[in-house]
Amino acid sequence: MAVENSQSTSEPRQENVVENATRRDSVIDHSKVRVNVAEAARLDRSSRFPVLLGFTLAIIWLLEGTLLGDIASFKFDFPDFLGSQEYLTFGRVRPAHLNAMVYGWASTAMFAVSLWMMPRLCRTPLQWPGLATGGIIVWNIGVYIGIVLLMAGVTDGLEWLEMDNTMADPLLVIGAAMVGASIWKTLAARNVDHLYVSVWYVAASYPWLAIIFIAGNLPIYEGVESAAINWFYGHNALGLWLTTINLGLIYYLLPKIVGRPIYSYWLSLIGFWGLALFYSLNGMHHLIGGPMPSWMIATSITASILMVIPVVAVGINQHMTIAGRFGAMRYSPALTFLVLSAMAYTAVSLQGILTALVNVNRVTHFTHWTIAHSHLGVYMFVTMSLFGGIYYILPRLIGREWPSANMIRAHFLLVGLGMVIYVVTLGGGGVMQGLRMLDPSLPFQASVEAAKPWLLTRSFAAVLISIGHVIFAAHALMLVLRGRSSVPEDPPFFFVRPVLVRNDGTTHQP
Amino acid sequence: MTRAIILFFGAMATLLFALVVLIILPNAMMSNVEAPPDLKPYTQEELLGRQVYIDNGCVYCHSQQVRDPAFTTDVARGWGSRPSVPADYVFDKPHLLGTMRTGPDLINVGVRLPDAQWHLLHLYQPRALVPWSIMPPYPFLFEHKEAAAPDDTILTIPEAYAPESGVVVVTDEARALVAYLLALKRDYPVSAQAPTPPEGETGEGEGATK
Repeated sequence: MAVENSQSTSEPRQENVVENATRRDSVIDHSKVRVNVAEAARLDRSSRFPVLLGFTLAIIWLLEGTLLGDIASFKFDFPDFLGSQEYLTFGRVRPAHLNAMVYGWASTAMFAVSLWMMPRLCRTPLQWPGLATGGIIVWNIGVYIGIVLLMAGVTDGLEWLEMDNTMADPLLVIGAAMVGASIWKTLAARNVDHLYVSVWYVAASYPWLAIIFIAGNLPIYEGVESAAINWFYGHNALGLWLTTINLGLIYYLLPKIVGRPIYSYWLSLIGFWGLALFYSLNGMHHLIGGPMPSWMIATSITASILMVIPVVAVGINQHMTIAGRFGAMRYSPALTFLVLSAMAYTAVSLQGILTALVNVNRVTHFTHWTIAHSHLGVYMFVTMSLFGGIYYILPRLIGREWPSANMIRAHFLLVGLGMVIYVVTLGGGGVMQGLRMLDPSLPFQASVEAAKPWLLTRSFAAVLISIGHVIFAAHALMLVLRGRSSVPEDPPFFFVRPVLVRNDGTTHQP
Repeated sequence: MTRAIILFFGAMATLLFALVVLIILPNAMMSNVEAPPDLKPYTQEELLGRQVYIDNGCVYCHSQQVRDPAFTTDVARGWGSRPSVPADYVFDKPHLLGTMRTGPDLINVGVRLPDAQWHLLHLYQPRALVPWSIMPPYPFLFEHKEAAAPDDTILTIPEAYAPESGVVVVTDEARALVAYLLALKRDYPVSAQAPTPPEGETGEGEGATK
């Protein structure tokens, strides 16, 4: 994977000092981070157990969360569905779905992904792997306790922070701290000078998560202060945890799969520090028009608009890294998922900025638009990125290729199509709902009736996505159970060759 | 970047900055918000009802806030006589401002719908009263008995939704929840602190009193 020569294939361009420095930074420093196949395999072995455990638990959570989401969705269409079951009432199933997906599926998979990336990026075996394994177990026990209690009617009552803060939350803090300790210990033991952009995102995410999670769960807030901390946490859980780990994963795998360094080191810097500075101030845009001091909301709206800087920086950086190499998506399912995910990050961020504008928010606030938006973020961006990561990582850890290209295609088409239907129809339905709610001459009934057809299309989309998840989980199971003897001669996805760069360093145009 | 220490302290600094701006400063500024004289603390029963409201996730479909009439029609829709202010929530822990209006806002539901019998039946089966409603029913807040005990409150249910035999009796939880809903009345004037920002959200409000 000789990357240095890729420079010679790019079009002639205006060179200047900054440009040279930029290229030198990204090319030379990356070469120190890059590892050969044998070394990568050795580093992968160091993190193998916790990563496999994390993925296993995450995929189980994915199925459980999907089921909860389906139940919640069908309750909109058939409100009496499971109506007499206290523990399956909508107001418990919905937060159970959110917590299962965010803390069960996404966070557990993100632990695994970050534990896999750090040894490679730091060029050192994973430190304290036992601690990381323990952390994943403790975290998962915490999430199970939290969700069971939630469905039994024990909740802290704050969105995104529902899990009980005496029984479940301490386990979550301890679990994440154990994984984080392993991450930071690995960083401290690194054998590279330069920290690649993925390291910034992954390493920073753990202390960020610890601070926001502890701050969010302190039982000291009352009245509107409780709303402020609620959305400070809720937004940062997305921005400084779900987003950052997955951006780190995309930043690592995109260049790796297409065999080309990141386009610009400086854009990476702007993207990272811009996100850290602005995203953390966004939370109050969930309370536009609410009983908060208006300067707080104005601060968050301003910071939301400023998010355009890091978002566009990351978008350009990732797009320019892969521009001209999109054809590699034919050979790498991981790349296909990751590219879609990277595009969804730009899309969801721009949509979020739009939604934070008062004249848009007056329509869309309190409607299903918000639900469509959050699924564009947590699914199309975060979950797609994790699918891509799993498709890339699992074969390397297990030592076998995915058994079926068709199952991957079916998975991609079902979840991709399902999510497009979900976001487009429910987002549009939310606008119609909001416009009717904003017209005081119409009864409230009009807003409910306007949303009903789109809630039904959402349930249809949910079924498609659920089938995709079952196929994905079954495929992962087949991969694990399959015998070693069946490794194909020419694996279709295992080591995707860079499209334009040969192993001996020469390049060729396809 | 080559230094992990810069990464760590830089990342912490940005987050702590946001924590100070959005949480710590406002906490200090709003610590002197006092309850309006007309706002009574919740009774024991209302607090129990509030817990039932929380445990069953009513907040996922119902907000509890009247937004500024400068750019919304919450007041025109009859959800309140004035926009909500921080003082309306001094007894709320945790807050239940909400982010969805799949159902209507409830901060003044006690003013709008003061009939406890209506609420009880509506909780038991919303479609018995509102045919187009998509609200879930809450039969588990009621008890189905063959015969009522002397001190039971029997719920009168239209035939289409009534059980085939026996009676439906109101539990303490349902009664408490309705008591809480009826206590949701934030229609008293907040004269001195009336917020009327001239230019909607972007106007410079009087921080703590908005």
